[in-house]
Amino acid sequence: MITLADYLVVGAILFCLSLAGIFLNRKNVIILLMSIELMLLAVNMNFVAFSAFNQDIAGQVFVFFILTVAAAEAAIGLAILVVLYRSKQSINVDDMDSMKG
Amino acid sequence: MNNEMAVIEMPNLALVMPEMFLLGMTCVLLVLDLFLNDRNRIITYLLAQLTLFGAVVITFSQMGGEAVTGFSGSFVRDSMGDILKIFIYVVTAIVFLYSRQYLQLRNMFRGEYYALGLFGVLGMMIMVSAHSFLTVYLGLELLSLSLYSMVALNRDSEASTEAAMKYFVLGAMASGMLLYGMSMIYGITGSLDIKEVGSYIANNGANNIILSFGLVFVVVGLAFKLGAVPFHMWVPDIYQGAQTPVTLYLGAAPKIAAFAMVMRLLVDGMEALYVDWQQMLTIMAVLSLALGNVVAIAQTNIKRMLAYSTISHVGFLLLGIIAAGPDGYSASMFYVLIYALMSTGAFGMIILLSRAGFEADTLDDFKGLNERSKWYAFIMLLIMFSMAGVPPTVGFFAKLWVLEAVLNVDMVWLAAVAVLFSVIGAYYYIRIVKLMYFDKAEDNSVIVADVDLKVVVSANGILMLVLGLFPGMLMAVCQQVLA
Repeated sequence: MITLADYLVVGAILFCLSLAGIFLNRKNVIILLMSIELMLLAVNMNFVAFSAFNQDIAGQVFVFFILTVAAAEAAIGLAILVVLYRSKQSINVDDMDSMKG
Repeated sequence: MNNEMAVIEMPNLALVMPEMFLLGMTCVLLVLDLFLNDRNRIITYLLAQLTLFGAVVITFSQMGGEAVTGFSGSFVRDSMGDILKIFIYVVTAIVFLYSRQYLQLRNMFRGEYYALGLFGVLGMMIMVSAHSFLTVYLGLELLSLSLYSMVALNRDSEASTEAAMKYFVLGAMASGMLLYGMSMIYGITGSLDIKEVGSYIANNGANNIILSFGLVFVVVGLAFKLGAVPFHMWVPDIYQGAQTPVTLYLGAAPKIAAFAMVMRLLVDGMEALYVDWQQMLTIMAVLSLALGNVVAIAQTNIKRMLAYSTISHVGFLLLGIIAAGPDGYSASMFYVLIYALMSTGAFGMIILLSRAGFEADTLDDFKGLNERSKWYAFIMLLIMFSMAGVPPTVGFFAKLWVLEAVLNVDMVWLAAVAVLFSVIGAYYYIRIVKLMYFDKAEDNSVIVADVDLKVVVSANGILMLVLGLFPGMLMAVCQQVLA
């Protein structure tokens, strides 16, 4: 029997992995974009688990909206990435330091 | 099946008239822009202004009366929302007006700026009127996605694209945090509706570990969007890297929407958890005031300086929310409205002094402005005094009322900290005044600008003084809508 807690733990692990991916990654911007997607999927896991547990459909509707927005976000993220590559000839995170901060 | 269908009722579309109008007009603008050549591009600009004007009229005609919810409780129209929306339209219209000449001179006068700007306004309107977690999220994303693309508007600039990438990654992460918190709260309360969440928490007690966990994530997400310390890292880079008209846009109206989001989520939704979020906001407010004001002193780029000044203003904004109660909230609301006007004024001056191929974005560019133009030096003086909080400008009253609200709940130490850092902060605002009046000008070129820009920048500066002399009216409005 898979309990609610198991789903939440999986969601939390995915969420932590994505955070680690964003903060530890110093090489490639594409990995950042992947981490962001993973973070949204972790949220989806939570929503679906709670929705099933509460017998309430609203959570699953929310998931559909998150998936749609994630697609739009990925499109914009990749577009910015292409523009960035054209001006810098690099997608290395360490190269993004033309402004201090 | 028939019974299921019967439950779905026709939503009250009159409720979302301003939103529908704005969406329709923006789509028209998007299509129309395709058929215009560069010489006629001004039509796009005029249509954008007309759209905002129409939205003001529609929202104004709906104003007053009780709060009405619609769309199965996911949307609400109330007086606070109406006032905030009208300010969002007006501020955005001023932003578009300031930007026109700047964009034209740099061959960036394209329809995208206005289309994205209007979609951003739509996102802000949805955030302001959101009544469920879903609508908050969708409004926020519509705004954020528009902003990410606007920051990258100047495709050939390395700084702009880098700023856009940083903004995108951090903004998306903040949205993720906010969503994660929302999923926790949804799990415990079993509802996405902000009002139902509020009543569940009030009835079933706030001592729930998952609920607190969810609250922490929501507050972190909000802090990212507001740009409060320690989640402020994106603010200076984005302000500096983005083109000035984009910085102008994202520094003004979105702050009003962020304030609305805080009000909806924390105050309407989780007032029962007041003690928990008050502590978190207090830490963030103190850190924002300290870091914003101190680091701003070290800046030589005025856009970067204004970015740190934004962080400190966010600290003040949070103070009013910490004080809670109608007094605190209305003081905060007054503050954010005034801040939006001040920040458009300051960036408007940067645009006024810039010309083709020259950016007036370092402090040195303001040296000796008094010799070049007594009038604009005076306008800048009013704006800087207002930001620093010097009477009789309106910035003084904004700060005064926030501090009064904080003192009324007996948080004397917090008010003392705020005053201390405001005094430190006054240094870098007054420094600009010193540069303008007591230093020699490095370039003595005459200020060239179109009439509309000159008139509105002047009006913007004078408004700081006029509102400062008669602050009661706007404050009364803020108190009335939050009573």
